[in-house]
Amino acid sequence: MTEIAANPTQNREKPIKASELDPKFKYELQKMHGSEKILKCFQCGTCTSDCPVARYSDDYRPRTLIHMAQLGLKDRVLNSDTLWLCAACFTCTDRCPQDVEVASVIRVFRNLAAEKGCIPQVFKDQAQSLIESGYAYKIPELRIKKRESQGLPPLPKGNPDKVKKTLKGVKFIEALQKPVPTGETTSDQ
Amino acid sequence: MTNKYLIFLGCAIPYRVSSFEISSRKVLAKLGVELVEMPEFNCCGLPLDPVSHETMLIMAAKNLALAEQHGLNILTLCPGCAGTLKKVNKILKADKAQREEINNHLKEVNLEFKGTIETKHLIQLLKEDIGLEEIKASVVRPLTNLKVAEHNGCHILRPKEYVSFDDPEDPQTLKLLIEATGATCLDYIDETECCGAPSVGVSDKVALALAKDKLNHIKQVDAQALITICPFCHIMYDTNELRIEKLFNETYGIPILHYPQLLGLAMGMTPEELAFNELRVNPSNMLKQLNQGAK
Repeated sequence: MTEIAANPTQNREKPIKASELDPKFKYELQKMHGSEKILKCFQCGTCTSDCPVARYSDDYRPRTLIHMAQLGLKDRVLNSDTLWLCAACFTCTDRCPQDVEVASVIRVFRNLAAEKGCIPQVFKDQAQSLIESGYAYKIPELRIKKRESQGLPPLPKGNPDKVKKTLKGVKFIEALQKPVPTGETTSDQ
Repeated sequence: MTNKYLIFLGCAIPYRVSSFEISSRKVLAKLGVELVEMPEFNCCGLPLDPVSHETMLIMAAKNLALAEQHGLNILTLCPGCAGTLKKVNKILKADKAQREEINNHLKEVNLEFKGTIETKHLIQLLKEDIGLEEIKASVVRPLTNLKVAEHNGCHILRPKEYVSFDDPEDPQTLKLLIEATGATCLDYIDETECCGAPSVGVSDKVALALAKDKLNHIKQVDAQALITICPFCHIMYDTNELRIEKLFNETYGIPILHYPQLLGLAMGMTPEELAFNELRVNPSNMLKQLNQGAK
């Protein structure tokens, strides 16, 4: 994945057409774990002003994303590359005066985007590694062998078969294991 | 209560940060903490949370259920793992419907989450189970002429509701642990700010800018080293310091140490024993200074 910040697609300035609004989106969000309190947000901006990423990015603004979702701009939110910039530091969650759990709302947006296949490669790689090894990173053989000479005990077994069994029925994981359809659209540039 | 824990390594430490594991094991052995290895393990689930919350819940619950079979509390070195296991433990204990749903997945491998154990991160264990007095008593070589800065990282502190044993706005534990070694812990601007590591791979520009500003603030107070307690924060600074120097035309020369490496030095262990050779930013100036003071 290339630099997201260089390719803003959030289109905050673009005029809003009534036809692109999904008035039920906010109610869907209210029913999901993590975004139950999205309607309590009164746009004070504490999240954005305290966000370390917003300080260095011209595009990532948690308040704006929440406002867009409240308005029903579902596609714009879920197709927004900047969604993936959140560092999950939880500063917004801890400081929100309305207890909206902002970072969890952003996570719900990301989960919904992921269901549509819009995810950066780095997350796909980690999920793939989890399924194949039980670890989020493929630990090189050399590292595993080196442990003994470093006086470290052997690594615990990842048992990927058991991981796969427990993840049966999880939509995201099942989609990942299917062969990639041609013309796949992701947010990769 | 005996100090016996099931050690949860996570993925990042065996993948890239064995110096953290080596130094932690040495220091904990000296303090009489018994570590039991997990025969089976999988990723705590945190890296998958952005793409699938459900996957994260299942993975964390699977690890908790495995640990419950041992009847031991979990010790993690990674704040990300600690935070995830604490959070999921709390969520599933409180929410019966969600617990049943997750247990349906665990049933496939004959596991069940019951909610009978707790998780602690290394620094929480050091503070609560060992105690500052005992740590001070283990110091044979006080690092009195060393001035360092600390970086807690986010996941040891936030979200407060689930993970924190410290004040996220003004954390004290790591400072007190550093001062127990005899070293001075310096204050600097934006101490509790994110290192930027989670943005690597999504936007290196944002990640490096965050790390650069923090390194500048640490340099401003003349810290001789930066002390971290998270494998990701350590990778972020240790691996990228030279890159940031080149990219932004800066000079730092600030070695990035894991807290147990600092404590190990104060306990009289050698840099070799504490895997200082694995650090990318050369710590020799800092070590020279330390030896000068000892004379």
